[in-house]
Amino acid sequence: MFHLILFLFFGAICVAGAVNLLVQSHPINSALSLIVVMGALAAEFLLLGAEFVAAVQVIVYAGAIMVLFLITIMLLNAGKEEQTKGSRVALLLGVPGVIIGAVLVAWTLLSRSSMDGGIPIGALRGSPQGIARLLFHDFLLPFEVTSVLILIAIMGAVVLASRPEAVARGPRKDR
Amino acid sequence: MSITAFIIISLIKSIAIVFVLLTAVAYSVWLERKVSAHIQNRWGPTRVGPFGLLQPMADGVKFIFKEDLTQPHVYKPLYIAAPIIAVVFAITSISVIPFGNWVEVGPWGTYLQITDVNIGLLVVLGITSMGVYGVALAGWSSNSKYALLGGLRASAQMISYEVSLGLALVGVIIMSGSLSLRDIVDAQGGRFWYFIPRWNIFHGQTLAFFIYLISAYAETNRTPFDLPEAESELVAGYHTEYSAMKFAMFFMAEYANMVTVACLATLLFLGGWHGPLIFSSPILQALMPVVWFCLKVFFFMFLYVWVRWTLPRFRYDQLMAFGWKVLLPLAIANIVVTALIVAWRA
Repeated sequence: MFHLILFLFFGAICVAGAVNLLVQSHPINSALSLIVVMGALAAEFLLLGAEFVAAVQVIVYAGAIMVLFLITIMLLNAGKEEQTKGSRVALLLGVPGVIIGAVLVAWTLLSRSSMDGGIPIGALRGSPQGIARLLFHDFLLPFEVTSVLILIAIMGAVVLASRPEAVARGPRKDR
Repeated sequence: MSITAFIIISLIKSIAIVFVLLTAVAYSVWLERKVSAHIQNRWGPTRVGPFGLLQPMADGVKFIFKEDLTQPHVYKPLYIAAPIIAVVFAITSISVIPFGNWVEVGPWGTYLQITDVNIGLLVVLGITSMGVYGVALAGWSSNSKYALLGGLRASAQMISYEVSLGLALVGVIIMSGSLSLRDIVDAQGGRFWYFIPRWNIFHGQTLAFFIYLISAYAETNRTPFDLPEAESELVAGYHTEYSAMKFAMFFMAEYANMVTVACLATLLFLGGWHGPLIFSSPILQALMPVVWFCLKVFFFMFLYVWVRWTLPRFRYDQLMAFGWKVLLPLAIANIVVTALIVAWRA
């Protein structure tokens, strides 16, 4: 019972943070709301019993990736965004679209969970050995393929970001 | 244990541990001033109390009574929130650190730890990684060039060195097979050949210990990695625009982080509360683990000060190159070798 109340509480914080992310006009405030969303999600994972996922959510997303977002915003010195009046098409098509999408997702999840029986709060437990077995044994190929994918993305970013003349000159020798 | 007893015991533990932590923070500043003075052939604080021992209180009173300036050009909500964020995350991470064994007082027994979570190590890492926001937001919201550069440097440096810090700990996790700090310490009990303690630093993780030590210095923005507040180029870095108690809060956060990092090093590499001597009297048996633990943490705090007043500061590109090109490959090599040896033995 107490767990359920906490679960709904953090869910509400998560949604409120996400709405605030869209409403705020300053990029820094939006980034901070996203951190709140990540933190609330971590709390939800913790309540479900997935402790490792919760910790990784905080360390990787809230603690590292969002810091990079923040650094970018600080470096660009991005100011306040201007509010537009908003388009009528977005209002007419967007709001019903969001509602239909949310209903579809909720309906799929609910029908599936009644088929599988769902997972009660606090049931997802995992020791380091169990997680390691999943990552490096049962799902080894997808795990490694994902890491190669990320490596390709990093190399692509380096190639795109470096200027051609700097590549032609080679690495700087004066360091 | 009934729920009331649980709440009362938890409250007592929380208040006591936070009180001890804050006192330790205040006296680390005294230690810093005193040791630095002796290294430079001076006396340091001597006037307030014997050996200047009451100096932290005088400093505290001074911080409270100083004028609390808020410059007109700052972004006020974040300017006020930044020192709070820094200090809150710095103090929170102490909650999962164990100080000693099971202790029984009358009918109640408890572990000397606010709470024992089975992902304790990850909780500490997560909370310290959130501490970056205090520094980064202070730098940005101050709306001044020195503060902004300091904040940028701090956040870049902290996420760079957090990678090698985290990877250095993986070797220890492989050795003990657990993420709970209590299990990791319990795995380090006992001796090799009756005299070398079975601590992780003597048990194959020597390289990881030094990687951790170096990254920890960078994580806590201490010399030789104190680029975020390099006085000669950035005035005071991210806290240039802060005064009075807000400035003091950044200092508290920095020293509290140092204490946490020292506690973690003690637990992971130096055998936590395991000591060289074993006593027969039950009271000593209950108290000595805490004493060993505090002695080891004190050793680390002393090392911090010693290094600070011995080594000069790195240049920024050297700092980044060292973190990514030296420490990171070494940490990964350590993981591979440890994993191979553990797999071969099993």
